Amino acid sequence: MSSDELDIKPEELLEFDYDPPKKDWMDPSVAFRMGTYCYSSAPKNVEYLGMPNPREWQPTEKDWKLPENWKEIIYEGMRDRLSKYRSFQVFMDICVRCGACADKCHFFIGSGDPKNMPVLRAELLRSVYRNDFTAAGKVLGKLAGGRELTEEVIKEWFYYFYQCTECRRCSVFCPYGIDTAEITMMGRELLNLLGLNITWALEPVANCHRTGNHLGIQPHTFKDSLEFFQEDIEDITGIKVDLPINKKGADILFVVPSGDYFADPGTFTLMGYMMLFHELGLNYTWSAYASEGGNFGLFNSHELIKRLNAKIYLEAKRLGVKWILGGECGHMWRVVNQYMDTMNGPADFLEEPVSPITGTKFENAKSTKMVHITEFTSDLIRNNKLKLDPSRNDNLRVTFHDSCNPARAMGILEEPRYVLKNVVNHFYEMPENTIREQTYCCAGGAGLGTDENMEMRMRGGFPRGNALRHVQEKHDVNRLACICAIDRATLIPLADYWAPGVEVTGVHELVANALVMKGEKEREVDMRGEPLNEMEGDEDV
Amino acid sequence: MNALYALFAVVVLVLIAFLGVSAAGLQVVFGVIVPYAAVSVFLIGIVYRMLKWATVPVPFRITTTCGQQKSLPWIKSNPIENPSNGLWAVRMALEVLLFRTLFRNTSISLADDEKSIGGKRIVYSANFVLWLGAIAFHYCFLVILLRHFRFFTEPVVFFVPLVEVLDGFFQVGAPVVYMTSLIILAALGYLLFRRFANPQVRYISLAADYFPLFLLLGIVISGLLMRYFLKVDVVSAKELTMGLIGFHPVVPEGIGSLFYIHLFLVSVLVVYFPFSKLMHMGGVFLSPTRNMANDNRARRHINPWNHPVEVHTYEEWEEEFRDKLEAAGIPLDKG
Repeated sequence: MSSDELDIKPEELLEFDYDPPKKDWMDPSVAFRMGTYCYSSAPKNVEYLGMPNPREWQPTEKDWKLPENWKEIIYEGMRDRLSKYRSFQVFMDICVRCGACADKCHFFIGSGDPKNMPVLRAELLRSVYRNDFTAAGKVLGKLAGGRELTEEVIKEWFYYFYQCTECRRCSVFCPYGIDTAEITMMGRELLNLLGLNITWALEPVANCHRTGNHLGIQPHTFKDSLEFFQEDIEDITGIKVDLPINKKGADILFVVPSGDYFADPGTFTLMGYMMLFHELGLNYTWSAYASEGGNFGLFNSHELIKRLNAKIYLEAKRLGVKWILGGECGHMWRVVNQYMDTMNGPADFLEEPVSPITGTKFENAKSTKMVHITEFTSDLIRNNKLKLDPSRNDNLRVTFHDSCNPARAMGILEEPRYVLKNVVNHFYEMPENTIREQTYCCAGGAGLGTDENMEMRMRGGFPRGNALRHVQEKHDVNRLACICAIDRATLIPLADYWAPGVEVTGVHELVANALVMKGEKEREVDMRGEPLNEMEGDEDV
Repeated sequence: MNALYALFAVVVLVLIAFLGVSAAGLQVVFGVIVPYAAVSVFLIGIVYRMLKWATVPVPFRITTTCGQQKSLPWIKSNPIENPSNGLWAVRMALEVLLFRTLFRNTSISLADDEKSIGGKRIVYSANFVLWLGAIAFHYCFLVILLRHFRFFTEPVVFFVPLVEVLDGFFQVGAPVVYMTSLIILAALGYLLFRRFANPQVRYISLAADYFPLFLLLGIVISGLLMRYFLKVDVVSAKELTMGLIGFHPVVPEGIGSLFYIHLFLVSVLVVYFPFSKLMHMGGVFLSPTRNMANDNRARRHINPWNHPVEVHTYEEWEEEFRDKLEAAGIPLDKG
């Protein structure tokens, strides 16, 4: 399903107001309406990963087939996490319900559902915490904001913790730095203990565990795909680029999100990487084993993050590379920046990363030994190592969508902009409340980018789409660049719905267009096979 | 309803103190026993809570980054909003002293706009009011607290007269009206008002959100009444407070029940403090998204409970896909 098949028109979608209902929020009530929730995970995936309570069930059914002692499991799960994560304990205790976060969530802005206010999303869990883990709650119950744990509460958790994309925009605005992503992660871990998970978030984990990537692409098909792009590149540039896979003795292991070798437009960005590395003569390798940079474990549990992420260091060690380079991906970089070294390090078998082309030391990555591709490329451009012809992108009027995790769990804001401004001539920013650390989610992150959830995605996509429409009207923007593979999938229906006519692109697709390669033939088409500079030729004169 | 419960609770507290002192003559209870007990609970409670938080490990460095990271030397980074070293302490200081994050607050509204798909445009506006209300309340509270050291030191500690002069700068009225007296009333009034007036905030507000506001209003109003209107015997009051401080409690005659109401409400506040959301005061220092540098890639963060997990190893993977790897000509470790 694409967003045009969504039978609700934008005007109808916006027919709500932000006034909450009269009813007390503490009464749990949730209706699983088509378009606003995700399907449950197939038991085979739950089983394969050795997780609890595999069975057939759907959220719309009355009986969720919870284990008999489900309450105990939840209490024990909460107790365990409260003693392991200071974030969880402190965030349960210190919220003053000031409401500063209320209108910062894209799902609230696009739905008006008060339980999508970050504060209330957290209160769904916090009310149970107060009831059963605090003295005041045990004595005063509801008067102290406590709420009894019932199956209805569990259903509400499921609905709303799978209606949060863990984008952390609210944590930018919380005076105590309370991060709803952290709450949602705990909520989902607890739900997972009862076997409550969604297929779009868990199946990729099972796939990745087995084959090495979320999409379940097996090694021979992985190689086929890359060879196919090799041919495409040759058609466009006349150059046959190298394709090293599982190459021992390479200097650099290169890891990308699997979406980029699976579907357009990520594939164009992937071709950009291949062309760039070929042009530089970089001694690098792909890996068919660690063929996933993304990490859907993040959308289920800390344990699953670690299980999937471990492969990258294992493979770097096995191949004997010096350091690791990572492609454009959002949540992948949250994991690399905030979890990888802690979980699976120390990477003392690698060297501190140095660009073999410019000699630049990437001091900021000296412990993880993993560098972001836009850090790498912006350094190349800064040192004049690339011949670029930005006029090849002159038919494009580009804006940049900061992806949640690179923006708020890393702060990689300038590197992609620097690259973009060197490869395109027409670059325009969206309004400041919608970019950089205040950027909005695509509403399909954290495992929610599935078709059955399309209505909710379009609701959550409203703030991004609205800002995009603004620059489309004002500057004729026709291309939305991003450094995230989930974005490259989810922003397409979002743009079709809220700003039709804008296409989505990775940054390195635009690099590929502009990159003048040694011995290349005259380029007639861009990476998409579309004739160069024809889209708006006449109007520009 | 939640507001009514909270108001009712505070009214009951006032009555308890009033009747306890004026009808039952329990001056010793309300003037000595309750304050001592309250301060004990406060100190033990705060220490307990802070220790409880501090002893929970921080497994991951999950800084929320609100600015450019430190990466290449020629890219200007934001050392405060995205600290890469000890400057996280400055970030924390700005947070604690100036409520930096709240200052960033915005609010949205939807405006009709025919150019936007769906016919509506999101309008963002700066929203300083909550910041102003919050900072006004907290700083007034601090100043008033400092002024109260007049009752706990003899000779009066040096900063008290200084604070009093500044606070009474405008020299209006006799006794001089302190600015903080008025501002704290306005600030508390606003914070309460917005809990009623803002539909979202009203919806999320618990009794535990109204109660401290009513309690603080009770404390402030009883204090103001004593200072400006129904004068109590200040000399006797100080005799009592100095007695408490010096651990030789005395209960002078004729202080007036208003003083005991004030003291009782303060006692309730300090007892309530460690067990409530008021602990945000201590908690903010321990917030993992704000009190750490974003330097995970440069400096390894240790998780004390990091445990091994099951991983699908390369060897297992090679075994599983051996035929396909061979057919595709991908190099194998075990030929």
